[in-house]
Amino acid sequence: MIDREQVLHVARLARLRLSDEDVERMAGELSGVLAHVDRIGELDLDGVEPTTHVVSLENVLRPDEPRPSWPKEAMLDRAPDPADGAFRVPSPQADAQ
Amino acid sequence: MSSELEAVIGLEIHVQLSTRTKMFCGCELSFGDEPNVHTCPVCLAHPGVLPVPNEEAIRYALKIGMALECEIAPRSIFHRKNYFYPDNPKAYQISQYDIPLAVDGRLGDIRIHRAHLEEDAAKMIHVGDSGRIHGSGASLVDFNRGGTPLVEVVTEPDLRSAAEAAEWARLLRETVRQLDVSDVNMEEGSLRVDANVSVRPSGSEELGTKTELKNMNSFRFLERGVEAELQRQRELIEAGGTVEQETLHFDPSDGTLTSLRSKEEAHDYRYFPEPDLVPLAPTEEMLREARESLPELPAARIERYEEQMGLEAEPAKFLASDPGLGGYFEEACRVAGAEVGPGGGGVEPRVVANWITGDLTATLRQRGDEEDFADPTVSAEDLAALVLMVTEKKISHGSGKAVLAALVVEGGDPAAIVEREGLAQISDAGELESIVAAAVEANPEAAEQIKAGNQKAIGAIVGAVMKETKGRADGGEVNRLILEQLGD
Repeated sequence: MIDREQVLHVARLARLRLSDEDVERMAGELSGVLAHVDRIGELDLDGVEPTTHVVSLENVLRPDEPRPSWPKEAMLDRAPDPADGAFRVPSPQADAQ
Repeated sequence: MSSELEAVIGLEIHVQLSTRTKMFCGCELSFGDEPNVHTCPVCLAHPGVLPVPNEEAIRYALKIGMALECEIAPRSIFHRKNYFYPDNPKAYQISQYDIPLAVDGRLGDIRIHRAHLEEDAAKMIHVGDSGRIHGSGASLVDFNRGGTPLVEVVTEPDLRSAAEAAEWARLLRETVRQLDVSDVNMEEGSLRVDANVSVRPSGSEELGTKTELKNMNSFRFLERGVEAELQRQRELIEAGGTVEQETLHFDPSDGTLTSLRSKEEAHDYRYFPEPDLVPLAPTEEMLREARESLPELPAARIERYEEQMGLEAEPAKFLASDPGLGGYFEEACRVAGAEVGPGGGGVEPRVVANWITGDLTATLRQRGDEEDFADPTVSAEDLAALVLMVTEKKISHGSGKAVLAALVVEGGDPAAIVEREGLAQISDAGELESIVAAAVEANPEAAEQIKAGNQKAIGAIVGAVMKETKGRADGGEVNRLILEQLGD
């Protein structure tokens, strides 16, 4: 079971602000997800290799060859607060306090 | 507390790989370019983009893993390490977690826990302060560095002093440098060292609470930072306190340690397998290619100098510390006919090593500049010629030093310098005999003492001969002649 405190903890890590109502709902939904995973855990999977991916590919790599970067202005124009040719953000330290 | 508190130190080293492009996109790597000119939707984490690993970065990481004698994972997995910080636009770093590329290695006496691949964060420029991280209002982010391939090397906590940690970190840097996979420049941040520091009662097997030291951008600062932290922890514990787990920032300008007080939540990374990347399973060909590209590394070179060339540990370590210097030593040995090894005739490698580690290094050091042995002041051929002349007793050891000093200052041909300065050893047996006879006559007291069995008295007569010959006589021969003339 996921309790209220755990929901708030995860929300904090994801920088989400949840209403009390959201917290209640999420606690229920997340608990449901875990219960589902628990059910899968009941399957007898002895001898089945664990996988981390749904496709059975390996070593999808690219050669170390430069490709043109995007124009700086084009990238900065999409940012909420560009300044001095860079992405300006609120001080992360203030955020952590 | 009366028992000694032993230092327990482990290092985490981030090595920026010197590939042409980033880890997961084709943006070029650069240092010092104008901000944000090497970005694209992949490294800026626009929606819908897919990372594709750089195969050269994998190759470099395999070389590092092998050089550190690690086991290479047959299938390693990339994970997402989740955290919110503006230096990381995806809000996760692609890294490796429970199945890293390389594990269980060793470099020198220090065990390697793991070496894994990941991507670097962007560079943050904190506005409105003087370089300190605290207290700024806004920050500027430069994503040129974001996504640079990194190999993180983690040691076991096997280091026992700040000095040992710094020395080992130097060996690691030299090793990685010789692999030609990174610039390993600490000032520019292509090699970054963090230290996990704790203390425990000597003899204890348990680990004390550790703190993590960051921001040590030179080996000197690493040593000073670790030393300062060890002292802080010892004083704290001896005063009855306890060490708290925290991350500390070392300020080399005043030697202070500041807690970065990151929220405990910041370490809750919620790793999970990166769904955008498939497993990395190095093929036989990739492994063979990496193995075959490994040069002889410092640790192996030290061993070879000791075991095959008969060098003591210290000169072996010194000469193997730099491939240019090692190559210089070996070339000088070859020219001097010393490659046959100890006892094999010709000049012994040990003698060549003595000239390099002793007189040559001292003379070069006096001059001040850092010597580049890939382009040496005194060529290996000239040094070999000089060592040969001394070994074959064509000139005395003292004259050899004078010739070396002249070579450092003005260069030229050693034989020509010997000729010009009149340093050739007196080879005419009759001439030396008569000089010795005169010296014995001029020092009757010493002569009597030698006859009475006091061997030490011989120094006065040898000195007189050397003075007369301006050092051009062979000491051993002079000794022999004196004893002969005194009727032995």
